[in-house]
Parts: sequence; structure tokens; C-alpha cells
Amino acid sequence: MASNKKAPEINASSQADIAFTVLIFFLVVSTMNVDTGIVRVLPPMPDPNVKQEDIKVKERNLFLVFVSGSGQLMAGGQVMDLRYLKDKAKEFILNPYNDENLPEKKDQTFDMPDGTKWTFPVSEGVISLQNTRDTDYQVYIKVQNELTRAFNEVRDDVSMTKFGKKFADLEEEQRKVITKAVPLKISEAEPRKMGK
Amino acid sequence: MAVMKKKGEREVPALSTTSLPDVVYIILFFFMLSTSMRDQELLVKYKLPEATEAQKLEKKNLVSYIHIGVPVMHMQAKFGTAPKIQLNDSYKTTKDILDFVAGERDNLNEADRASMTVCLKADGGTKMGIVADVKQELRRANALKISYASSKVLGY
Repeated sequence: MASNKKAPEINASSQADIAFTVLIFFLVVSTMNVDTGIVRVLPPMPDPNVKQEDIKVKERNLFLVFVSGSGQLMAGGQVMDLRYLKDKAKEFILNPYNDENLPEKKDQTFDMPDGTKWTFPVSEGVISLQNTRDTDYQVYIKVQNELTRAFNEVRDDVSMTKFGKKFADLEEEQRKVITKAVPLKISEAEPRKMGK
Repeated sequence: MAVMKKKGEREVPALSTTSLPDVVYIILFFFMLSTSMRDQELLVKYKLPEATEAQKLEKKNLVSYIHIGVPVMHMQAKFGTAPKIQLNDSYKTTKDILDFVAGERDNLNEADRASMTVCLKADGGTKMGIVADVKQELRRANALKISYASSKVLGY
């Protein structure tokens, strides 16, 4: 009869409590937020031993965006509301009607991933972003954001006509081609010492 | 009747909780995988600017953070309310960025050094002067990939 007796089961009801404790510990010490941001590549520091030559940019190839300390915006020689900046920048990048006052385009041939060649008129335009030392960072980011949006929309348009897909949905190789066809040319000068 | 009464007295069997730990463990593992440890104590407070075109930062181990903002409440008595730069766990000046970047770069292995990214977490109200100084130092330190941290919004 004694052989029939089973070993008593271990009570597992407290295991849940242990698991809950560990779970709550992790909830407290960890963060879930994903870092997002506007990605930029800074220009490398010029070599002090090499004499710098000023790069001459034709006036039609330059789009000057100036953000003042009070948050006002001047783009292409006129005061502008932030809302119109994106369209203005897009027009500048694309120059759809080959306007004489908008940037030149140079035909460049790209090797496509599938072996074919593709010629696309690449804009020579450079957007120059300037700000003063007392410009708010928030305003600066807003302007950067609008300019990025302009470039992203142009890239979307170009990849839509070329590949029939949005830029974000492209393959890695295709994306590289589009990035070369629509280069992100935003030049940032050091802030002017203006204002007070 | 007597039989019926006996039936009514029967107790509801206790709900088996043996699978509860399993459920909790699954939630626990989900949280362990999807979250990252809070590694720094913030000494500055900031509200990130908003942007629609913000991109996700991939590969968190390649990212170094520079925080810029007003000191937190309990530090204000000591450090005032002027915006400060926080590197690692203390307030620093722009001069220390060079060393900071060098240190961070040493922590990465050889192959990853080129893709090191500096994430600039600055308060929206900071003046561009201080941000420009930081950027200039980063150029000097040859840490050229930067990300202006901003919270992603879908539209204004």
C-alpha cells in the first residue's frame, strides 16, 4: 500500500508571484521609446594646412534660407511663411519648367541594378541654410524638417515615375540610385553673429 | 429530494492557476526583448521638437547621446537655469566633446566606428548658438553622422 503513495506535488502557486515581481522590475527599469530624429551628415572639418578656395556657386543654383532670431523666415530673397517653404524648395530642386532663374540640370547616367543605364537630369542646386545664434532650435528643426520633406517628396516622385514604387519601398540598390539622382544638398553655414 | 440537496452542496472546483506563471513569463520575455535598459540619469530636462520626417535610429549600440537643456529642478540651485550640455552622467562644456567622442569611439569595435552616430537631444527652446558650437566640435572630432532627435508627428 505504501508503494502506491505518490510524492506530494510541489505547490506552484507562488511561481506566478515571482514572475510578476520580475516583470514589474523590468517595467520600471527599462524604457520603450524609440529614438527618432532628422539624420544629417556634417561636412568634414577643412584641413587647416590647405588653403581654402571659395566654391563659386552661380546665383541661380543657390537657394538661400535664412532663419532670424525671432523665428522669421527668408527664402530665396523674400519673407516667407513656413507653410510655403516646402513647395518653394521642391520647385527649386525640380525646376520643372527649366526656368532660367532656377538651378541648372546636368544629365547624368546611372548604372541600374538590373544592368541597364538610366539618364536623369540632376539638379545643380544647393540649398543654403543660415541662422543666427539666437534662433530657437525648435524653429531650426521645423525648417530642416520642411526641407527634408521637400527632398523626400521629390525622391518619392522620381522613384514613382522610374520604379512605380515609393522611395521607402525600394530595394537597397534602387534607393542608392535615387539618392544619387536627387542628392540632399543642404549647406549650413556657421551662424551669423547677429542680433543683440 | 435528499439527493437533490446533496448535489447543490457540491463546491465549484478551484480554478487551476498552474498556467498563470507561463502567461506571466511570456509577457516578461516580451518586455525584456522589446525594451532597453534605462542607462543614464538625465540631469537636464528637454522637450524634443516635433518633426514629420523623423527617421528611426537603427542600431542603438552605435549611438551616443548628447543632451542639451535646462538643468533639472534639484540641480538648478547649484547650476542655475542656463542651458547645459550633458555628456554621460555629468554637465560638460563644448570642450569636453572631443574627449567624449574619442571615448565613445573606443568603445566600439573597429568595423563599426565609421557608422557611429551622435544623437543630439536638445530642448526645443535652446538657442542655436550652443547647438552650433556642439556641431562645430563634432566636426572637429570627426563625428559627422548626427541625428537631431525629434518626436515623430504625422502632421501639424
